[in-house]
Amino acid sequence: MSFLIGITVLLCYQLIGEVLVLLSGIPVPGPVVGMVLLLLTLLARGKSAESLDGASTSLLSHLSLLFVPAGVGAMLHFQRIGSEWLPISVALVLSTLLTLVITALVMRSLLRWRARGGSASD
Amino acid sequence: MTETGLSTLWVYLSASPLLGLIITLLAYIVSYRLYEAANRNPLLNPVALAMLILMALLFVTDTPYSTYFEGAQFVHFLLGPATVALAVPLYQQFSKLRALWPVILASILTGVFVATTSAVGIAWLLGGTPETLLSLAPKSVTTPVAMGISETIGGLPSLTAVMVVVTGILGAVFGTRIFDAMGIERDDVRGLAMGVAAHGIGTARAFQVSHQMGAFSGLAMALSAMATALLLPWLLGMLGLVS
Repeated sequence: MSFLIGITVLLCYQLIGEVLVLLSGIPVPGPVVGMVLLLLTLLARGKSAESLDGASTSLLSHLSLLFVPAGVGAMLHFQRIGSEWLPISVALVLSTLLTLVITALVMRSLLRWRARGGSASD
Repeated sequence: MTETGLSTLWVYLSASPLLGLIITLLAYIVSYRLYEAANRNPLLNPVALAMLILMALLFVTDTPYSTYFEGAQFVHFLLGPATVALAVPLYQQFSKLRALWPVILASILTGVFVATTSAVGIAWLLGGTPETLLSLAPKSVTTPVAMGISETIGGLPSLTAVMVVVTGILGAVFGTRIFDAMGIERDDVRGLAMGVAAHGIGTARAFQVSHQMGAFSGLAMALSAMATALLLPWLLGMLGLVS
């Protein structure tokens, strides 16, 4: 029962997110709006619920499985991937490496700067 | 069973969504077992392995993707509630997030900027077509969000989904090695960079390293999904790629 309640809460927030996006026309996907609303609800309540924790943990622990069907969709694009393999593969590899390296370096230097008392605001 | 009996059975099964669902689960379970048997060697990434098994299976049986997806959509659908579910680890880490928020925000915005502009820029330099560039732009964001963004900016959502999955696998395979080589030891820094660059697949990998790395990766994946959804249409407009 607990899992059922948890998953229903998640689906309801997704639905609210989708409806808000449809009504407002903001260019953000519905599930993201649902996530923000759920976070705000949890912050306002000041605590989570066991059912919600359980459902989230089980969904997120098998997160990588959920990407498989979309990945298999590569077979729909063999032709395009074949004719543009160079820009696609170089862009994916280099951009992923650059993002990992630059993000980590920026965060590390900001943390060091902050630890030295560089930030006076907090 | 006779030859015709078998082919009748095959015709029945291949038209039912059950088969697509079962082979997705089986391919993933087999891949995950192999990955565990290889001491979780990131090179044997279970998503990549499962994708290859399934594509080979569909190719051999001459099954179109649309038939497969009728069953696989039940798994795919769960990406929506899983995205909403990210609110829970975000909430649990909220005290750390609040203490570090200027650093986290600045790092994530930098990461989103690098991820999108470098992908589009490199593919453009190497002669990628406009649809490919637009489909590549949201590649570091989790699938349902990336597909939504791709649709908004005029890319091909299903091509974006493939780019997203490949990006995630690359991040999961190389992330920890790169951090080791760079001497990045803090799990919050490693997790955040992983989540920005490699979304849910990177996060799944991060959770295997430590709970803190996983939580920061999930946090970064959620925040960068939001930031990319909000900023990318505007950023591409500045580059003159979308009107």
